[in-house]
Parts: sequence; structure tokens; C-alpha cells
Amino acid sequence: MSVAAVKETKTDKIFLTCNYIYLTIALLLVLYPLLYIVSASISDPKLVASGEMWLFPKGITFEGYKMVFQNDKIWMGYGNTILYTVIGTCVNLIVTIPAAYALSRKDFVGRNFFMGMFMVTMFIGGGLVPGYLLIKNLGLVNSMWALILPGAASIWNIIVSRTFFASTIPRELQEAAQIDGCTNMRLFIKIVLPLSAPIIAVMALFYGVGHWNSYFSALIYLNDESKFPLQMILRQILVLNEISADTAGAINASVAEAMNNKAEVAALLKYGVIIVSTLPVIAIYPFLQRYFVQGVMIGSVKG
Amino acid sequence: MQQNGVTAMPVQGVPLKKKNTLWKRIAQNWELYLLIAPAFFYFLIFHYGPMYGIQIAFKNFIPAKGIWGSPWVGFDHFTRFFDSYYFWDLLWNTLSISLYELAVGFPLPIILALAFNEIRTGFFKKSVQTVTYAPHFISMVVMAGIIITFLSPSTGIINHMIQWFGFEPINFLTEPKWFKTMYVLSGVWQGTGWGTIIYLAALSGVDPQLHEAAIVDGASRWQRILNINIPAILPTITILMILNMGGILGVGYEKILLLQNSLNMSSSDVISTFVYRSGLVDAQYSFSTAVGLFNSVINAALLIIVNQIARKTSENSLW
Repeated sequence: MSVAAVKETKTDKIFLTCNYIYLTIALLLVLYPLLYIVSASISDPKLVASGEMWLFPKGITFEGYKMVFQNDKIWMGYGNTILYTVIGTCVNLIVTIPAAYALSRKDFVGRNFFMGMFMVTMFIGGGLVPGYLLIKNLGLVNSMWALILPGAASIWNIIVSRTFFASTIPRELQEAAQIDGCTNMRLFIKIVLPLSAPIIAVMALFYGVGHWNSYFSALIYLNDESKFPLQMILRQILVLNEISADTAGAINASVAEAMNNKAEVAALLKYGVIIVSTLPVIAIYPFLQRYFVQGVMIGSVKG
Repeated sequence: MQQNGVTAMPVQGVPLKKKNTLWKRIAQNWELYLLIAPAFFYFLIFHYGPMYGIQIAFKNFIPAKGIWGSPWVGFDHFTRFFDSYYFWDLLWNTLSISLYELAVGFPLPIILALAFNEIRTGFFKKSVQTVTYAPHFISMVVMAGIIITFLSPSTGIINHMIQWFGFEPINFLTEPKWFKTMYVLSGVWQGTGWGTIIYLAALSGVDPQLHEAAIVDGASRWQRILNINIPAILPTITILMILNMGGILGVGYEKILLLQNSLNMSSSDVISTFVYRSGLVDAQYSFSTAVGLFNSVINAALLIIVNQIARKTSENSLW
């Protein structure tokens, strides 16, 4: 690349210019909807609905956020989601990391058997209904564990972690520890885990985002609305358009007068709720981008 | 640590290895079985467990009698599905959405990755990457919410733009002919940026000397992309293509369920959403399991066939 920078020919310059234009268009296409949502969430819903607000906020109002923060259902969903994400991610790590370490050990008799047994499930599975019947028979319906246990590990993440262990934990280290009389368990806890912070972080991120964003297990397994995660509440608001009376009642009389069109109130709430629900993930992601990308890259070495 | 290994190895390591019978090697590492136990039981219960339930596809499942006790009916559920009036519609919708997605969504990350690879690392590159990766983290529900709000015929921004250009607003959500485009393009918006990472990883492995030699020979950037970069990522492309072909009847229900309504059903109903509806909503457990099984058998067969073709025609294949 350094040589290329020295003598760029005319065709290369044209090519590079086109390339920059192409990337700028890609940037704008992705950025525009994101900016629009942010602007719409703090704009007068009348101007948003009429199309007058198309990029920068107009008629700034924070009523949308006020409604979101006053909505008990959203907060309940938020709380549930945090609970499920934290517990779910811990379970994921407890299942994934030790298994991946064991599989990374060349002297582990049966590693091919276990690997094969896990990999087969990538291609064959029971399907939706047998899976549902299993959860039902185990008595997990309408419990938090129905959202956590069926996805306790992903074979993809096990492979990624195994690749990490195989390439970063030197074999000599393990042999030396064993000769010094260190058991495998102590080796794993005292030596391997402290060296594995990067992979634990990557796995926690992958699994955590998965829990945060999932709605389908909750849809099929949970009956009580009080147990619904945020995504189920969002589904009611954004997709099913179920904005309950208490939500509409949450706004005070003068505001209700100012925006007497209920649909506009609903629209404002929608933009607000999109931001509030997605913010935690989108806000931390640029700082952790490196780790996410690393995770995919470790995986692709093998894949 | 290293010193320890080097000095200790020749003394104790060698004789130890000689005596190692299979049983000894197992006993020596018994704790590793403890480490893998949670994953083993997880896969056994939650992945192999449901496989036991597949038999209800060939039975008339009666909850009171249980999976084992329900009476056998052979291929009744399968023939009922193949003979049903909706069979061809479901198959066509599933296939066409998949192929549409593959045709539009598969090449775009490759092109974008090649474009990223041409520019120097810096603020611009980092910004474009950060922004284009971001939609990957938006949940399915929020994505559906965004689609529904943006495409609203009266208040959506997309229809305001269409009207601004002097056309009639389109009701994307209720007109069946728009469903597939809406589904595929929103997926492209969400997934293209993230999809580049795997190709960028492959591109980072290209030997810079190849490029330097090509530059000396007077190759332009375009020629170097065609003759160095594309061949370098071809194995990755092949593998992803095989995996995609294997999933061609595997159009997921998560996003479609959110965008489906009674008006666009004729083009939005796919096998997986049908399985969900007949199985979990209408509680036709056996019939729905049969439909799902049909779907997975076709998927597995396609994966094997495509992998076989790839193995014959190139060096890259899954196995």
C-alpha cells in the first residue's frame, strides 16, 4: 500500500474517487434513517407526520421521552430484560468457556466425539414444536428459564472460544503446571481464566446483545405480562399499535390539548421508545467495536 | 513459566508419555470432563431431546398419551401438507424470498469490503465502518417498528419522499407485491455493514508483496482487485455461499411474523411462519412437526448437494 501511495496513476485516481463516492453514499444511506429517528423523537409530531421535519428536529419537544419515562410497562420490561440479560449471559459463559477450554486441549480424550456431537446440532434439530413440547414437559413454560436454558450455549461461540484458547494458551504452560502437580481444575481457574479476559468479554457481548434483543422465546413461552422483557413491550407499542389508555393518560391535560391527535402522541412515543430501548446497545457498541470485530475474525479463521 | 517447562520436560515428560495408556490419559484429565459436562448436558437435553419428539410427525400426538403413547399414522401429515392448496404458495414464497435475499444481499458485503480495503485507515474509514455496522445491533422488533413507521402511507417519510417526486403514495405494508422487496431491502440496510467483517478478515491476510509486485508490473487498482483481492477472498465466498444455499428454505419467522398482516399474507407466508401458526397458535402439533421436518430434510439435502458440487469444482468445501 505504501508503494501505491507514491505513484497513483490517473486511472487509479479516478477509481479512488469513485470508491470514496460509493462509500459516502453507503454511509448516508445507513446514517439517514438513524438521524431521522433521533430528530423525530424530539420534534413536534405534527411536523413529523406531515413530512416537514425530514432531517433536523423541528418544534423541539421532549414530551415523547416524558411519556416513555412515565410508562410503567416500559420500565417493567426494562427491568426484566436487564435481569434476563445478566443471568442469561452468566449461564452462557458458565457453559461455553469451560467447554471450549476442554475442547482446545489436544490431550483430552473424546474431544472429537464431543465436538461432533455439538456440531451435528448446527444441521439437524428437532424443530419448533418438539422444542416447545420439551420445554412444556420440563415445566418451564411461563418461567424465566424458558428464555435462558434453551439457548445456554451456541456452537458457533464455543468454536470461537476454542480457537482462542488453542491459539493463545501455550501448551508448555499447561505441561509445566501439570508437572508441578497442578490439577486441571486449578490450572483452568488460576491460570487459564485470568489469561482469557478478551474472549470472555467478546462472548459476554455476543450473548448479552442476543438476550437484550430477543423476543421470540418470550412470545411463545411467557404468559404473564409482568414477566415480559422489553422487546415484548416494544412489540405491543411498535408493531401491534397497542397503546393502552394509561399510556395516553400519562401525559398531562395541557399537552393532550396541544396535541389532541392521539395518533400523533402514539408516533412520538414510538420514536422515543426506539431510542430508549436501543440506546444501551448502540451507545456502548462503538467503544467495544474492536471486540465484536475480533470475535467475528477469530471465528472466520476457523469457519 | 517457560523455564519450568524446558527444564522439567526432558526429565519427566518423556517417560510419562510412554506409559500413557488410553485409560490413564482419561483418568489423568478427568476434570476436563467436569468442565465439558454443562455443555454436554445442555446439548443432550435441549438439542437431542427435541429430536426424540420428531416422531410425532408420524403420529397423531395426543398430549394425554404423551409422545411415545400416541398412535402411529405414517405419512398422513406429510401427504396432507403436500396436497393442501397452500403448499405451492408457501414453497414459492419461501424460495423467492430466499433467492431474492441471496441475489441482493450476498454480493453487497463483498463489494463494500473490497471498497473498504482500498482506502487508508483513518477517520473516514473508521466512521463509515462504525456507522454501517451499527444497524446490526438493532433488534428485530425495533427494526419492524422502524419499517412500519417509515413506510406508513400517510405519515411515513418514505411516502413523503415519493410524493415529493410527484408519485402516488404506496401502501407498502398491505400490498402483497411489495412485501418481499421491503423484507429484503431492510435486511440489506441492517446487515451489509456487519457482513463485511468476515471478508475484511480474509483481505487482511493478503500478502502485501503481491500488491507491490503487481504495482511494479504496472497493474492498476482495479486490476489488483480482480486478480489479487477477489481470488484471496474466494474461499470465504464459497463457504458462505454453501451455507446460504443450505438455508435456502430456512427463511426465519422472527422478522416475518412482525411484518405479516392479513392483507400481505399471500406473499409473506413462508414455511417457518406456517409452522409457527399451525403448531403453536392452532396447536396442531403433529402436522406442524411434519411440515418442519420436511423443511429441515430439504435444507440438509441442499447443503449436502451444494457442498458436493463445491468440492468437485473447487478446493473449498465445508467437509
